[in-house]
Amino acid sequence: MEKELRLMKGNEAVAEAAIRAGADGYFGYPITPQSEILEYLMQANPYTTTGMVVLQAESEVAAINMVYGGAACGKKVMTSSSSPGISLKQEGITYIAGAELPCLIVNVVRGGPGLGTIQPAQSDYFQAVKGGGHGDYHLIVLAPASVQEMADFVDLSFELAFKYRNPVMMLSDGAIGQMMEKVWLSPQKERSKTVPEWATTGKPTTRERNIITSLDLDPNAQESFNKKLIDKYNEIREKEVRFEEFQCEDAEYLFVAYGTSARVCQKAVQLCRAAGIKAGLIRPITLFPFPSKRINELADKMKLILSVEMSAGQMVEDVMLSVNGKVPVYHFGRMGGIVTAPDEVVEFLKSKIIGG
Amino acid sequence: MTEEIIIAGFGGQGVLSMGKIMAYSGVMQDMEVSWMPSYGPEMRGGTANVIVIISSDRISSPIVRNFDTAIILNQQSLDKFENSVKPGGILIYDGNGITRHPERKDITVYRVDAVEEAGRMNSPKTFNMIVLGGFLKIKPIIKLENVIKGLKKSLPERYHNLIPMNEKALERGLEIIRKV
Amino acid sequence: MAEATGIKEIIKPENLVYKKTKIMTDNVLSYCPGCGHGTTHRILAEIIDEEGLQSQTIGICPVGCSVLLYNFLDIDWQEAAHGRAPALATAVKRLLPDRFVFTYQGDGDLAAIGTAETIHACNRGENILIIFINNGIYGMTGGQMAPTTLPGMKSSTSPYGRDVKLMGNPLKMTDIVATLPGTYYVTRQSVHTPANVRKTKKAMKKAVQYQKLNKGTCFVEIVSNCPSNWKMTPVESNKWMEENMLPYYPLGDLKVPAEETTQKTINPEKND
Repeated sequence: MEKELRLMKGNEAVAEAAIRAGADGYFGYPITPQSEILEYLMQANPYTTTGMVVLQAESEVAAINMVYGGAACGKKVMTSSSSPGISLKQEGITYIAGAELPCLIVNVVRGGPGLGTIQPAQSDYFQAVKGGGHGDYHLIVLAPASVQEMADFVDLSFELAFKYRNPVMMLSDGAIGQMMEKVWLSPQKERSKTVPEWATTGKPTTRERNIITSLDLDPNAQESFNKKLIDKYNEIREKEVRFEEFQCEDAEYLFVAYGTSARVCQKAVQLCRAAGIKAGLIRPITLFPFPSKRINELADKMKLILSVEMSAGQMVEDVMLSVNGKVPVYHFGRMGGIVTAPDEVVEFLKSKIIGG
Repeated sequence: MTEEIIIAGFGGQGVLSMGKIMAYSGVMQDMEVSWMPSYGPEMRGGTANVIVIISSDRISSPIVRNFDTAIILNQQSLDKFENSVKPGGILIYDGNGITRHPERKDITVYRVDAVEEAGRMNSPKTFNMIVLGGFLKIKPIIKLENVIKGLKKSLPERYHNLIPMNEKALERGLEIIRKV
Repeated sequence: MAEATGIKEIIKPENLVYKKTKIMTDNVLSYCPGCGHGTTHRILAEIIDEEGLQSQTIGICPVGCSVLLYNFLDIDWQEAAHGRAPALATAVKRLLPDRFVFTYQGDGDLAAIGTAETIHACNRGENILIIFINNGIYGMTGGQMAPTTLPGMKSSTSPYGRDVKLMGNPLKMTDIVATLPGTYYVTRQSVHTPANVRKTKKAMKKAVQYQKLNKGTCFVEIVSNCPSNWKMTPVESNKWMEENMLPYYPLGDLKVPAEETTQKTINPEKND
């Protein structure tokens, strides 16, 4: 079957891609700027076509716990929200990580803290990649930078979630959620009929009962479990790093940026090159695992590295850890819902080159 | 070819839908497009704007601060975006309700009195198509036939009976736009 | 030795009048002597066994004394976060509509932290059974005041007795959910006497039947005791429960299906 071309908002692309990926369930709660996901799914009414369950929950807390229940049945389930709502979901997310369940959580980030603004931001990086809830755990975090990736990463997220029995977060933002671009949609996948051996679907006489829990009252057993999680995260670090490079071959100055900021930096690279500055860009596609190794390699031939993100400087800490002091690392970015403009990035870089 | 456009006016004036028709038309012409709206409470009755980028190459930033073309539909938007037009760029505005007209000398300013014309044509809602027609006269980056195709794509089927009227408005725009 | 031989003589299949149901595991219950949880578990296990539901059942455990419930019944289990069991059950039932899905929750779990999840699951009429153990106290954390703690009742966080002016009134969740159109069968029972055990079992069996027929949410409250945190012997605690809890939380059906109201008048035995 051929792919289908549409002009869609990022949020709509997530919703349509979820149906086409053969998702079994979506549980959500309205919040700007991501409500189109729930609205699109309600309009599409996939229960009548693929059998996908779509439910508006009474809260983000309930929605993520519905995801927990559905994931525990071995189903492909997901939720989406924006920053304040994702904070509410953290309880459920840590339980899901602790129970080793696969699921997809989409965060269409807006500015914070608190109620903040409804405009785009990238200020939930720490929350997404460092855990977010309590306890030692990681999500796999994918950072789409286009409407196409909003669609493509839904399927990829489910694949990774089931491969590692780990929750996956798509860390997007209000700009990518609200903007329209061309998107090639994959053909409809059938909903999976395979039941994972760990799923709670009713205990037949042929197996032991399945228990989905994140509780272990025995400290030794809990520590063994924590070690098992570390092994899993290390395997993910080993195998699942994804990134994209733009004009890094001859670059002397490196931008590191993801999502919307990566798009801005692509433009900044063009502007720099036009001005005779040899700039390049590495765009982490996975934020956990972070492309530390590659950034460390690239640092060898750079004069300085600039981490650009719409935050007070969060990813820059991972860039610094990756660079490990080889060259100076700076942060630049606007906050509060203001999208950094390409020329601002160039100006900042120039000031550092001169000041350098 | 990359054309970075901002369309700005009152909420509910058809700003976002004009952008959408442009974007769809670009798709019909096999171009890369992005459509980045302002969103949120200011949309309800306040000012609305949308950045549309149409390009023959992969689009980098969907959000830019300087534009090749600004299409301006009210005074607030003119005040806000006149200085965002790149030197040598284009500003197209509807004179309706404008008290302070564009002043820059390093850009080309065009005027298309679409609100007035749409009233004369007895179809006020097609006013944004008149503006779009005017834009395409100045920047013929999309063929008219592809705009009609784009219109069909972006309008729900129940409104397809309105397409001939919109086509007429588009052509009217080509005729009435004038350099200031 | 002679005595031991005597017992062996007695424990013979033909003399057995009571034994562990198949669905109960061999794990030793973690409850205090005299606690109503064990009895309620047993009733649930018997019903799952008698109805042949083991391969169809998914149970959702709460956070509270029954947090380890998954150790005691040989069925598939999900352990929920505190109060969230109805949200999990909602998804499970919607994704696996032909399964028997129930939650088992205490008063802190269901009537305090999980109030929203409880009310909204009931209001949507999710096809699940909610079993609500109400003993008026937080048992696992050591006897703190619960939403259902009686006025004047002492707990570790109401050491001078619950002052309703300061601490609010006991919440009658069962009465609340009975008013919601999504609930089909709402009842309040107890397990402190053999007769009440039989009534509770009958009520839960009804709920199982209703779920098979997709009737909506069934809600069974079990007013229970907490000898340890009430600081009483099991016998005293049951007596105290009868004298104090039951007047506030009277036993009986709060909502019965319309078709059974007529039956009820014909068959007086059905009245509590």
